[in-house]
Amino acid sequence: MDQIKVEIDGSEFTAPAGSTILEIARANGVYIPTLCYDPRLTPYGACRLCLVEVEGARALLPSCYARAEDGMKIQTTNEKLERIRKTLVELLVSDHPMECMGCEKSGRCELQELAQRYDITESGYAGEKHEYIEFSENPFVTRDYNKCIMCGRCIRICREVQGVGVYDFVNRGFEAVPGTPFERPMQETPCEFCGQCISTCPTGAIKARPYEGDGRVAARDILRNACAYFHMSEEEMTKALGLEEWKVRTTCAYCGCGCQLDLHVIDNRIVEVTSPLMEGAGQGNLCVKGRFGYDFVGSRERLTRPLIRKGKKFVETDWDTALDLVAKKLGGTKKKSGADSIAVLASARITNEENYLIQKFARAGIGTNNVDHCARL
Amino acid sequence: MGTSGHRYKVVLGYGTCGIAAGATGVRDALEEAEKAGGYDMDFDIAGCMGYCFIEPVVEVFDSEGGSVIYGDMTAKKVAQLLDEHIKSGKVIEDWVVRKSDQPEAGEGDFLANQHRVVLRNCGKINPESIEEYIEIGGYEAAKKALATMSPDEVIEEVSAAGIRGRGGAGFPTGTKWGFARKSPGDIKYLICNADEGDPGAFMDRSVLEGDPHTVIEGMILAGYAIGARQGYIYCRAEYPLALKRLDIALEECHRRGFLGEGIFGSDWDFDIRIKKGAGAFVCGEETAMMASIEGKRGMPNPRPPFPANQGLWGKPTNINNVETLAAIPWIIANGGAEYAKTGTEKSKGTKVFCLAGKVRRSGLAEVPMGYTLRQVIFDVGGGVQAGKEFKAVQMGGPSGGCLPAALLDTLVDYDAIIATGAIMGSGGMIVADDRTCMVDLARYFLSFTQEESCGKCTPCRIGTKRMLEILERICEGRGEPDDIDKLDELAADIKAASLCALGGTAPNPVLTTLKYFRNEYEDHILNHKCTAGVCPALITLHIDPETCIGCGACVKVCPTEAITGEKKQPHVIDVEACIRCKMCLSRCPEDSIIAE
Ligand SMILES: Cc1cc2nc3c(=O)[nH]c(=O)nc-3n(C[C@H](O)[C@H](O)[C@H](O)COP(=O)(O)O)c2cc1C
Ligand code: SF4
Ligand code: SF4
Repeated sequence: MDQIKVEIDGSEFTAPAGSTILEIARANGVYIPTLCYDPRLTPYGACRLCLVEVEGARALLPSCYARAEDGMKIQTTNEKLERIRKTLVELLVSDHPMECMGCEKSGRCELQELAQRYDITESGYAGEKHEYIEFSENPFVTRDYNKCIMCGRCIRICREVQGVGVYDFVNRGFEAVPGTPFERPMQETPCEFCGQCISTCPTGAIKARPYEGDGRVAARDILRNACAYFHMSEEEMTKALGLEEWKVRTTCAYCGCGCQLDLHVIDNRIVEVTSPLMEGAGQGNLCVKGRFGYDFVGSRERLTRPLIRKGKKFVETDWDTALDLVAKKLGGTKKKSGADSIAVLASARITNEENYLIQKFARAGIGTNNVDHCARL
Repeated sequence: MGTSGHRYKVVLGYGTCGIAAGATGVRDALEEAEKAGGYDMDFDIAGCMGYCFIEPVVEVFDSEGGSVIYGDMTAKKVAQLLDEHIKSGKVIEDWVVRKSDQPEAGEGDFLANQHRVVLRNCGKINPESIEEYIEIGGYEAAKKALATMSPDEVIEEVSAAGIRGRGGAGFPTGTKWGFARKSPGDIKYLICNADEGDPGAFMDRSVLEGDPHTVIEGMILAGYAIGARQGYIYCRAEYPLALKRLDIALEECHRRGFLGEGIFGSDWDFDIRIKKGAGAFVCGEETAMMASIEGKRGMPNPRPPFPANQGLWGKPTNINNVETLAAIPWIIANGGAEYAKTGTEKSKGTKVFCLAGKVRRSGLAEVPMGYTLRQVIFDVGGGVQAGKEFKAVQMGGPSGGCLPAALLDTLVDYDAIIATGAIMGSGGMIVADDRTCMVDLARYFLSFTQEESCGKCTPCRIGTKRMLEILERICEGRGEPDDIDKLDELAADIKAASLCALGGTAPNPVLTTLKYFRNEYEDHILNHKCTAGVCPALITLHIDPETCIGCGACVKVCPTEAITGEKKQPHVIDVEACIRCKMCLSRCPEDSIIAE
């Protein structure tokens, strides 16, 4: 790939041709604030926070959108840019319910972070605020558009990544807001409840109902700040504080894709599932099962030991007994009716490696090619 | 205009504006008379002639080519017109707007001071007849270009003309075509921007209604020049008559092989499709327009990439305004150099303005670049109503600015106008007199842009709303001393940070009124006064006892019965009961009611 050289804030960087200014800046640790940017989505250029000054350009350019050109000289920060950014955040705050104390998103809200950065506790441009009703007509997604900053990320992720397109903006100007067609409840749209919109929403406007009210967010907040302050890892800190909450990185067990999950755990209970952005097979995207199908883990009804049917009843037993019984029955069937009287049905919920072993077991162990899998969940 | 054997030809201006003023009744009456026979005349309709101030308008041509224009026509007046003018050849002097043998007499100087290129056929030919367009040399330019000129030669001619885009930004058209031509790709698109959303602008509608074939011919030439085989006309659905006449025109072109495969017998294919816009001002912005054509929500996208490189459906695209395209056939027919003879050094040709507001003669004014604003407003427009004083002119609609009397000698020239803080824009000219409040005017324009903002980007969506709120409270007498600074600061950031030119220019009416009429803002905020007598919260109404004739007209309309008085005696307004709705103001025959 062709390489280009650009100068950002006086330092020279090399990058693949076609990169956006923001990509180059991020790759080299240069901070540019953003709100409507999500690396999973096509650039949008709406929030205007990432505007930068490019030498020779007629106007400020949105760095998320503008492609860098060889030899470009870029300023990501100066008095004018910072003044504009502060005004933009103030404007957003002027139409935001100032209820961070009770907001689940507090501590990882991108607007809150910028308000902090620009030292805004109250907007200098007070005026009318929206008073939308909250939509919580389904078990998965709550939408509170009073907290919406119109970044369009929910709309784009639904359309671009999921290929569904449940949302678009309705109305114009100050009244513009995301919505479903004709304000239909989400369950009456093609929504799959993957919660991707939740994963991208920078504020508390879209929330996951299953995670609601666990109080973990505030805890994690404190945790995160404390970690930064004491230079400790989250795990060390949770242990030191006896908070019993940390993230467990794991691989989703629902299908063979191998999406990475972060299980947020409080008191040995999963309270939220997220996926690390731009990592692993899913790049931070999850489906409804990966994101919301976690309660089986802590279910009391979950089988923890093998069962053997005795008459009409299932009786608990140990693994050796159970496996011996299966081996004996399979062996008997094979001897009596031949290996092809046996078929092995594997699952898409197990890993590729496990599926490999199963076909090996069928072909080499039992001696049949009758192998299939469900691939339907 | 030929009279096909008859002694007279009667032509009625039948555009939306004329129809709104009652032209349909006039048409019916004239058609009936023609059908009934007995009058030595032909009757035909044409597009708008531009005389908004005196619609409906009828032009009577005699067989020698002379003509008389009558204004304020009604169905009732038709009989008299037929009897006196058509039957007895007697001109009805009282109704005359303009006579071809005395072109500058009376209201005649409205037209005499114009120089019509774009509007050359408007009001002269029947827009629903391709024959009439062909008869006056229509489609000759397209034929000539396709037969004898290379696309590059067409572009060179347009560049030589020096014409700049009439849609607002004033980008040189030849240069823009050059970009689209050079942009690699087999499939390219041409879009005619007929969205015309500026309040106060109606020249594009008038051209489409009055001379649709000129626009189509301009598009054929543009398509050929840049290498686009498909054109779109993006026209707002609120222009039903323009759409109807475009439909008729396109059908006639198809029938004659002027559009479609191998047009004019050449090997060049070109076709045009109409896309109706739903009336969002922002869809006039080119990236929003392309999104809308693609079936998406009409929201702008950042540029670059520019349409010439990556436009409609990702293909190189060229977008031009109706007025720009309407000038192209003339340029190709007469040569770029001829066109460039008119105008200033950097602004060539003519520009159509829509005179509106408190001007005496509202209507379409096509003038050479290089005229002064004074010439446009006073020589063509006739200045303000008698007894009133010119105060300001809002140029370029909601994206433009408000210029005071002191700047009336500014030239009609892109760069000269930009230097004042206004813009040429699409050519709206809204005239304000001493009864116009500048804060209220700025508030009006901002309320328009604020409502029409697409809502995509932060500064425009929330910033214009906050500016509007400040203006509203100033008009309501609740302004605070630091409001002017706040307006200035917000305006600067909105201009610098907005995604598209809607937000980028939205503060202009506020900035220019702050620049040229700051005292009015201060009066509102500090002295709680609206000197123009407009803002209800800051005025009181009273009746001048010297001039009041006691007719009682005001008493009848006052919703709160605040006005009392004996018949034929001066009346009085009870200030406590008055809600300052100003209903009485317009009813008073003596202008005795004073708001201040
Ligand atoms: C908010 C907005 C509205 C616009 N509306 C129109 C319009 O109604 N008609 C038009 O021709 N151009 C309009 N423009 C300008 C177009 O984007 C574009 O510059 C123009 O059509 C180009 O044609 P030209 O080069 O012939 O002027 C608008 C621009 C903006 C930002
Ligand atoms: S709901 Fe969230 S993601 Fe969607 S536009 Fe609003 S702030 Fe952005
Ligand atoms: S400036 Fe206004 S109209 Fe243009 S993109 Fe931004 S919000 Fe939309």
